[in-house]
Amino acid sequence: MTGYIIRRLLQFIPVVIAATLIVYAMVFLMPGDPIRALAGDRPMSPQVQEALREQYNLNDPFLVQYAKYMWGVFTQADFGTTFQGRPVLDMIQQGLPITLTLAAVAFCFQAVIGIIAGILAAVFRDSFIDRLIQVSLVIVVALPTLAIAFLLQLTFGLNLGWFPIAGNREGMVSYILPGIVLAAVSTGIVARMLRSELIEALQSDYVRTATAKGMKRSRVVTRHALRNSLIPVVTFLGADLATMMGGAIVVESVFNLPGLGGQVFRSIQAQENTVVVGIVTLFVLFYVVINLLVDLLYAVLDPRIRYD
Amino acid sequence: MTEPNKRAAASAAVDPAPAPESKPKRSSEDASLWMDAWRSLRRNPWFVISAILLLVLITMALFPQLFTDQNPRECPLSRSRQDPSAEHWFGTDIQGCDYYSRVIYGARNSMAVGAIVSLTILGIGIVLGLLSGFFGRWIDALIMRITDLIFAIPYILGALVFLAVQQDRGVREVAFILILFTWPTMARLMRSSVLAVINNEYVMAARALGAGPFTIMRRHILPNSLGPVVGYAAVYTGVIIGAEATLTFLGVGLQLPSISWGLQLNDAQGYLQQMPHLLVFPLIFVGLTVFAFTTMGEALRDALDPKSKKR
Repeated sequence: MTGYIIRRLLQFIPVVIAATLIVYAMVFLMPGDPIRALAGDRPMSPQVQEALREQYNLNDPFLVQYAKYMWGVFTQADFGTTFQGRPVLDMIQQGLPITLTLAAVAFCFQAVIGIIAGILAAVFRDSFIDRLIQVSLVIVVALPTLAIAFLLQLTFGLNLGWFPIAGNREGMVSYILPGIVLAAVSTGIVARMLRSELIEALQSDYVRTATAKGMKRSRVVTRHALRNSLIPVVTFLGADLATMMGGAIVVESVFNLPGLGGQVFRSIQAQENTVVVGIVTLFVLFYVVINLLVDLLYAVLDPRIRYD
Repeated sequence: MTEPNKRAAASAAVDPAPAPESKPKRSSEDASLWMDAWRSLRRNPWFVISAILLLVLITMALFPQLFTDQNPRECPLSRSRQDPSAEHWFGTDIQGCDYYSRVIYGARNSMAVGAIVSLTILGIGIVLGLLSGFFGRWIDALIMRITDLIFAIPYILGALVFLAVQQDRGVREVAFILILFTWPTMARLMRSSVLAVINNEYVMAARALGAGPFTIMRRHILPNSLGPVVGYAAVYTGVIIGAEATLTFLGVGLQLPSISWGLQLNDAQGYLQQMPHLLVFPLIFVGLTVFAFTTMGEALRDALDPKSKKR
């Protein structure tokens, strides 16, 4: 197991380096001179410009700039500063809790609703409830996130006035709609997956044995069938957490949440390169680490799987 | 990353479990995979619904004149911001353009991006997946590491960064970026289908008869591993159309004077409270289009991939 973890960690290194390098290249080869932009209309003496260039390593060749930046990130958690002098780490610390709250709400939503819907559909297979759940799943999975976001905003935000539609001034309530939007597609996938897994499990020999022993149906389902069927669902939920950062960009922009996703979007438009690179680096790290954890979790949950 | 991989992940987790009840029926006739698929598709109500929807939407993209005789670019300010009426079914927008014709004409750009991207990544995915699965070794390692790398960057983010730099963004630029960030899913899916068939007896028999690698790939492996990727290409068309609308909505996709649903959504968001109909109509069309492609794709995949037949 330890060997496997070490091997996986070593495999991360090229992925992290290459992914951040690509983003760094994309951002830093953008046309336009940030120092000029900083000066705006005011005249700026060549000496000051030169000093600023030196301070932000703009005179170094591209690869050296990249190496210096990454060195700072990994040795002292220094994500650089914006061209106005604000540390990027500061912005990350401000935005991260918001994005994590959003992700947590979405995660709870997709786990709870997805699992309940999946169980209901499988246990009452081919009944009206099953049909109803299946039809709603087809629709939810097939609708684009943007459409779900606006539909919820219009109905629950504007027409019914139950939830706020922008910002996070009102505490947890403001995370409910964005959370649902971020979770929608995955909820459908979780429910579908669990349904087919559970149907299969309910036809297996160990379930028949349990039933033959005279065990109650509810206990058979929860203790025997569900436990095994949940394994792929749990791993999917974990892997999905890693992909939520991409979705957060859209959802935070639509709902005006000041999290990392919205921040990275605004920074791209404002050409705040260090902020973009800093947040993206964080996303990439998040993605690879979560994926490793999911693979390890898989081995813990399913005793048949051994990493050697 | 977002939706595309989620869907792939979901199917990967579901696929290896052939449901016990899915016994091959009518063993007497040995119909081909595609005939068999067509037979089961005709009986799938979701396929029928999505096929009809798609037919209408594709006609709309190709011949918008059939649906409206109004000119979407004729925008007298005097009729700005009208509510839906008999004359202007969807009302008029801020500029006074007839909104119904704007929405109808918007189908073309979305469909173009969707079709270009999904056909290209289908091609790339088939070729790379085939090479990767068939030859293994360093070719496989190289291709798979590249896919790992692209997966680690959320595609919306990659597209945002790339497109924000472009001064002129049209269908071509948006399609290119989406291709760049979405082909890995296809390649991986194709690779796994190739690996599933490569150890079959008929491949071994072909090898034993002295067939070269390209003959084996073309005659034996390709036809038997094509099902899942073709289904996914259709699902993907929906995903891509949603992504195009999203990018355009965020302000890094298509630009005016293009007519596009994303641009309409972007415009309408500012008047959410005063004129929600400006948001609702393009939204319905984006929703229906994505829905039609996704549902069609899932029906296709269920029909073409015998292992995923659940019902």
